[in-house]
Amino acid sequence: MDDSHVVIIDNKEILIEQEQNLLELVRKAQIDLPTFCYHSELSVYGACRLCMVDVEGMGLVPACSTPPLAGMKVHTNTEETRKMRRIIVELLLANHSQNCPTCQKSTTCQLQTLARRLGITTIRFKNQNRDVPLDCSSPSLVRDQNKCVLCGDCVRICSEVQSVGAIDFAYRGMHTVVTPSFGKDLDKVECVNCGQCARVCPTGALTPKSEVDEVWKALHDPDKTVIAEVAPAVRVAIGEMFGLEPGVTTTGQIVAALKAIGFDKVFDTSFTADLTVLEESTEFIGRIEKNEHIPQFTSCCPAWVKFVEQYYPEFVSHLSSCKSPQQMFGALAKDILTGSLKVKREDMVVVSIMPCTAKKFEAKRDEFTHDGTPDVDHVLTTQELGRMIEEAGLHFKELSPESFHLPFGFKTGAGVIFGNSGGVSEAVLRYVTERLTGERRENYEYKSVRGESGIRETLLNVKGKEFSLAVVSGLGNARTLLEKIKSGESRYDLVEVMACPGGCIGGAGQPISRDPAVKQKRTKGIFENDRMLELHKSQQNPYVIELYKDTLGEIGGHKAHELLHTGYKNRKRMVDGGMTLSGFNGESALEVNVCFGTSCFLRGSQKLFHDILGHIRMNNLDDMVTVSASFCYEKCDKGPTIRIGDTVIEGCTIEAAVEAIERQTGPFKREVTHHA
Amino acid sequence: METLRKFERVCEIVDQNGRNEARLIPILQAIQVEYRYLPEEILTFVATSLGISPARVFGVATFYSLFTLKPKGKHVIRICNGTACHVKQSMDLYDIICTRLNLVAGQDTDPDMLFTVETVNCLGACGLAPAMVINEEVYGQLTPERALALIDDIIRKETGNEPDHYGA
Repeated sequence: MDDSHVVIIDNKEILIEQEQNLLELVRKAQIDLPTFCYHSELSVYGACRLCMVDVEGMGLVPACSTPPLAGMKVHTNTEETRKMRRIIVELLLANHSQNCPTCQKSTTCQLQTLARRLGITTIRFKNQNRDVPLDCSSPSLVRDQNKCVLCGDCVRICSEVQSVGAIDFAYRGMHTVVTPSFGKDLDKVECVNCGQCARVCPTGALTPKSEVDEVWKALHDPDKTVIAEVAPAVRVAIGEMFGLEPGVTTTGQIVAALKAIGFDKVFDTSFTADLTVLEESTEFIGRIEKNEHIPQFTSCCPAWVKFVEQYYPEFVSHLSSCKSPQQMFGALAKDILTGSLKVKREDMVVVSIMPCTAKKFEAKRDEFTHDGTPDVDHVLTTQELGRMIEEAGLHFKELSPESFHLPFGFKTGAGVIFGNSGGVSEAVLRYVTERLTGERRENYEYKSVRGESGIRETLLNVKGKEFSLAVVSGLGNARTLLEKIKSGESRYDLVEVMACPGGCIGGAGQPISRDPAVKQKRTKGIFENDRMLELHKSQQNPYVIELYKDTLGEIGGHKAHELLHTGYKNRKRMVDGGMTLSGFNGESALEVNVCFGTSCFLRGSQKLFHDILGHIRMNNLDDMVTVSASFCYEKCDKGPTIRIGDTVIEGCTIEAAVEAIERQTGPFKREVTHHA
Repeated sequence: METLRKFERVCEIVDQNGRNEARLIPILQAIQVEYRYLPEEILTFVATSLGISPARVFGVATFYSLFTLKPKGKHVIRICNGTACHVKQSMDLYDIICTRLNLVAGQDTDPDMLFTVETVNCLGACGLAPAMVINEEVYGQLTPERALALIDDIIRKETGNEPDHYGA
C-alpha cells in the first residue's frame, strides 16, 4: 500500500481515496462511528460531537469536519471518546421526551439505538423536558419539539437540497428550537410537504402524520366500501419493514395483506399512471403543435406543484393539467366504481398507499373535493401500511401473493416506472414516439433518461424533430433549472420534476433505512418489475383502452378532461395579512394596497409604491388615501399588482395607478368641497 | 404618515445594503433604530427583498439578544446582572425600578410604552458595579436612590407630573 495516502485507524491501514473527511474513512474501515448531524448529501455541520476521535498529535477532533491526512493515527474507542459519547447521549436523553414505546420512531430512532448500543441504562441528569405542545397543523407532518436533538438535518435538507427553508433554528443556547418562521404552525408557512425533513430526522421530532386510525375506523364500518390503490414505489420498499432487502418486489403480498386487513377492493395506482401517460402525452403533443406553454412540466408530484405555485407563478400555466395518478384514481373510483359496485359516493372510502407525505396534502386540496367529500379519503404512507400489517399480526413475508382486482388493477411497465425519477418521462416517450411515428417499436427502454444525477438532460430525435427533455429530482435542482429557463440559458420541451431526490422511491413515507444504497436498490427493483411485466407501454393496456371506449371517449376529450384534469393557481407563501402603512381611517378613505410579494417586488413594486406616495403627497391626498402593503395577491405572474379601492390592477404602472386614484378620489373631493 | 415614512426608510435601508443577504445583521440593526423593534411583517419583507426564507431571518433576529421582536418603550433601561454587579446587589435596583414603574412580574414594558426594563448578563463595566444603561448612556456605582432619581427625571420630563403615581 502506498504510504503517502494511508491513515491508520484503530491499528488498521486505510487508503485515502475520494473521502472528504475522516468520518467517511472511519466508516470505510467498517467502524460505525455514530452521528446525528452528518449526512453525505448535506453540508458538514459538526454539531452533535458524537464522531469525536483521538488523532495522535492533534487530540480530540470531530471526524466529520477533519480532512484526512496521510500518516494520521486515529483512535475511535479511547476511554475519553467512549465517555464523551455516553455523556452526550445521556445529556440528550435528559431533555428528551421519555415515551419511547408510544413514539412513531420507536425501533427506528437513532437516539434510542445509540442509547442501547452504548449501554446507557441510567440517565444521571435531571429530566429537563419542557413538554411543548405538538404541531399537528400540517396535513402531512407532525412536529414534536420534545424529541428534537437540534442536529439541524431537517433545516439543512429543507434549505440546501429543497431550497425552501421553511424551518430554521431560532433563539439561542438552551432556548434553541427548530421552528417555522415566527413560531408559526407548519401549515401557515411555505412548507411544500415533501417530508424530506422527516426522512432525515434521526428521532421522532418530525414524522409523517398518521391516518391509520381513520382507515381502521372505515374498515370496521359495515356501511362503507373501502377501496385501496397502491403506488408503484411502495412495492419495492415495504418489505424492508419485514426484514427483506430494499428493492425486493412484494406486490402480491401487499395485495394479500390489504385483502386480509379488510379492504373490499385493491387496485393499482400504476393503472392510472398509464392513463396519465396517455393524457399527458396528448397534452404535450397539443402544446408542441400550438407552441404554447412549452416546456411542459409534469404535475404528478404535489410538493413540486406547490413549489411552482409559491415560487414560480409564471410557470403555473406550464404545469400539465393532468391530475396525478393518485387523484385520477380517486376521481375514477368515485365516478365510475360507485356505479359498477352500486355504492353511494358518501359510502365509498378511497385509501391510497403512497411513498409520500405530500400526497396527504394533495388529497385534501379543494380542487379534489366534490360534493363535500374528497376523491381520495385517506392517504397512508408505506410506513403506515407496514404498521397496519404489523398490528393485524400478518406474517408479511409468508403471505401467498394475490392479484389486484380488475379493471383498475391491470397495468403496464410504463405505469410502474413512475416510481423512479425519470419514469414519467420514459413512459411518455414510449407513447409519444409511437404516436408521432405511427410505428410500433420493439425496444421500450430509454436509458438516456435514467440515472442518478439530480438534473439529467437528453435530446431525442423523433421523425426529424428534435425534443429536448430534462429530468429533475430535488427541488433545489428544480430551482436551478427554472432559473436557467427564465434566463434563456436552457430550453426544453418537456421537464419532469420529482421533489424527492431519486423520485418517489426516495419519498418520506418510505420505510426508514440507514442503507446508503437504498435508493439505488429500490430503483433497480422498479425496473425489474417493468421487465417482468407482459406489457411495457401504456397504450397497450387493454383495460385503459376499454375505459376510453366505454366511458371516457377520446384521449384528452371532454369526459377525460372532466375527470382527469385540473388547474393550479398561484399561492401565497405565508398565510397572514399585510400591514397598513399610512393611516387615515375615515370612512370615505380610498384604500390603496401595494403587493410586496417576491414576484411583485422583483417586478418593481417598491418603485411603484414610492411613486404613488409622491403623487399622494404632491396632490395633498393624504387625508383621502390610505396606503398599505400586502404580501401577496396570488396574481404573481402579472405583477406588480395593486388594489385601488375595489379595482385590482395587474402589471400596474404609475400612470395606471394615478388614473385610478384620480378617478376614485373624485367623489370624495367633491364631497370635501361641498362640506367646505 | 409616520408608518409610511418608516416603511420607505426600510426600503432605503435594504437598498443601501445592496439587497445583499450577507448584510442581514446591519439591515436589522438599522431597522430596529427606526422601529425600536423588529415587526414581523417587516422581517417578512426583508426576507423577500433579500431572497432568503423568513425562517432564516427570524432565526437571526431571535439569536441576538439586542434584537427584539416585541415593541419596546421609548426609554430602554438595562440593568447589569453580571457577576460583579450581581454581588453588588444590582437586582435590588431592578426591583426598585420595576416597582416605581408599576411593572408586574413578567412585564417589561409599561402600558404607555415609555419604559422597558431588562437585565443583561454583563455590560463589561464591572469596575463600575452595579451598573445600568439608560438608552445609550452607562451609569455606574449606583445606589437605589441615584437609580430612582435618574428614572424620576425622565418621568417628569415625559409626563410633566411627579413620578410618585406613575402607572398607578
